Amino acid sequence: MSFLMSLPTLLHSAVIFGTVILFGAMGEILTEKGGNLNLGVPGIMYLGGIAGLCATFAYENVYCVRAGVSPNIAVCVILCLLATFLAAALGGLIYAFLTITLRTNQNVTGLTLTIFGSGIGNFFGGSLNKLAGGVGQVSVAATSEAFRAYPQGLVNALDRVTGSLGLGTLLFSYGFLTYVALALAIVLWYFLGKTRSGLSLRAVGENPATADAAGINVTKYKYLATCLGAGITGMGGTYYVMNYIRGTWENQGTIEALGWLAVALVIFATWKPLRSIWGSYLFGMLYWAYFYIPNLTRSSKELFKMLPYVVTLIVLLVVSLRRKKEDQPPASLGLPYFREER
Amino acid sequence: MHSEHREPLIRISKRQGMPFWRALGIRLIAVALALVVAAVVIFAIVHMNPIRVYLSMISGNFGTKKRIWYMLRDTAVLACIAIGLAPAFKMRFWNIGAEGQMLVGGIATAFFMINFAGKMPTPLLFVCMLLSALAFGAIWGWIPGFFKAKLNANETLFTLMLNYIAIQLTAYCVSKWENPFGSNTVGTINSQTKIGWIGNMFSKGNNGDFGWTVVIVLALAVLMYCYLSYTKHGYEIAVVGDSRNTARYAGIRVNRIYMRTMALSGAICGFAGFLAVSAVSRTISTSTAGGRGFTAIIVAWLAKMNPFIMILISALLTFLDKGAVQIATDYGLNEYASQIVTGIMLFFILGSEFFINYQLRFRGKHEKAEKGGAAA
Repeated sequence: MSFLMSLPTLLHSAVIFGTVILFGAMGEILTEKGGNLNLGVPGIMYLGGIAGLCATFAYENVYCVRAGVSPNIAVCVILCLLATFLAAALGGLIYAFLTITLRTNQNVTGLTLTIFGSGIGNFFGGSLNKLAGGVGQVSVAATSEAFRAYPQGLVNALDRVTGSLGLGTLLFSYGFLTYVALALAIVLWYFLGKTRSGLSLRAVGENPATADAAGINVTKYKYLATCLGAGITGMGGTYYVMNYIRGTWENQGTIEALGWLAVALVIFATWKPLRSIWGSYLFGMLYWAYFYIPNLTRSSKELFKMLPYVVTLIVLLVVSLRRKKEDQPPASLGLPYFREER
Repeated sequence: MHSEHREPLIRISKRQGMPFWRALGIRLIAVALALVVAAVVIFAIVHMNPIRVYLSMISGNFGTKKRIWYMLRDTAVLACIAIGLAPAFKMRFWNIGAEGQMLVGGIATAFFMINFAGKMPTPLLFVCMLLSALAFGAIWGWIPGFFKAKLNANETLFTLMLNYIAIQLTAYCVSKWENPFGSNTVGTINSQTKIGWIGNMFSKGNNGDFGWTVVIVLALAVLMYCYLSYTKHGYEIAVVGDSRNTARYAGIRVNRIYMRTMALSGAICGFAGFLAVSAVSRTISTSTAGGRGFTAIIVAWLAKMNPFIMILISALLTFLDKGAVQIATDYGLNEYASQIVTGIMLFFILGSEFFINYQLRFRGKHEKAEKGGAAA
């Protein structure tokens, strides 16, 4: 009974958690549809998150404080998103250049990007914390506030109407990026399934030699998918920094764990953007489930946190077992393409 | 009228067999370039003379006898994991799960150290620790091998997921075994009795040297080299790695090779966990593997599955790591600088492989190259 009562709050925290990995997974879906398995997702999320934080810190805590003005919210948000996208796409570009042009192994390059990105993230994050005053933590309060803002009046009114269900809080009490993620998933679904470019991209991921013969510029598609995908993945880092931990930085490796969970979500969603929406919220619920189940000891909580990974494994097995064509990974996923080598 | 097809600016073609010394030269140039780029990055951050920064890196590795031993120890453990990955990679089986295989080996080792110290003769305890670590690692490696063989489940993703299951298992065990109560760490196991510890080889006391770890891993490298190069198993692994179909036509039971090799790979990674717990940290935590399972993947790949080159690359990475930590303490930075430097170094070494395997031909220089080729 008490579990049912706490379901709305569980769902609420699941959505916030899920959006982080939803961004990560969407970017990775786009990349993998082009045939590139980028294991640098955690690193890219670090790059995006730290770039967004640094940019807003420079504006809000340095520029505005010096100039003695209060920070402009629109500037905060735009600056943050731009910095995030650019840094993350740059990370994707390093990966793309190495794997596509220099034909390095994708797994190894991706893992290196993860090491590099988490180094950059934690290095500058730690330095920012120090800059912010030694003991104190860095905090970009105004920007984080802007990222988490929601229509209070509407939510309250809806909550009153729906009573204990709390539909207002459940549906409309998240920052705007939460809804951007949803919209992006739909756009991605439309792009991959319904447009000519999407079809070409999938052709590149399935069989680059055939795509090449059909006159598709394989290199261009792979580069664009990897860099744009990385840009989207990076948004997950910023969502984590601004919405999840509210405009600060922590060095506990959570982004890395979430990044791998995003890779897991891609498998769970069987490379489908729409499926990744509810998948991400389900992962969020599984992750937080231990919090709402009464009388758990600290050790059994740790076992509960295993759930998202176990579920992903089961999905991976079921998908392999059923061998349904539309659920399979892109056929050339992880393989390099060299035109002269056939 | 541009009916004539214009030659592209750069043409790329595969290169056959570059002389060893030239390949080595390209790699050394890559390492040097990486050091220059890293120096520029360090300079941009701290505004310190890069030469002095590199001197401080050297002192971080070789400054004292203790630091040298730490450097050797970490090289050995990293190389041990990479050696474990070698057979799997040679089979073109992407075992990303070394982190998890190492952790379950560590859990098994710690379990015996905590629960059976003093309750059985110490040599027997060592046997139990070792065998259980090998067995746990082997099982953790065998599972994805089994599902790859039976269902063709993607092993990269499967082993990746098993890592996190192992991490949560470790977290579970840590909270079960925590000491003192409420600390959520296991603390040094048997800190009084030192039962189940692999001690020093040359000196008295604790952590004076890590001779045993180094010797064991060197022996392992020799064994693995022989296993891959001179045994029937090694040959089968190489054939499966080159072409599954060829292997099948030749009557090799591919599925069996998958499971057998992954069990071996996991067992050696579990052994690395045994070393990490019994010889190095004498405790267990979720960071016992500490990302080394992932770094070892890059080591094994760069070394092209040659155990001796793995030791060299492990040494290079450990040098960078220790050096960057030293810079961090000397100049008041945080220690994550080491990951940035490691990342830059790996990007360059990875990229350099391209210039060893492929040849660039620029427009116009075409004929010259042709003539040069004919002369040679």
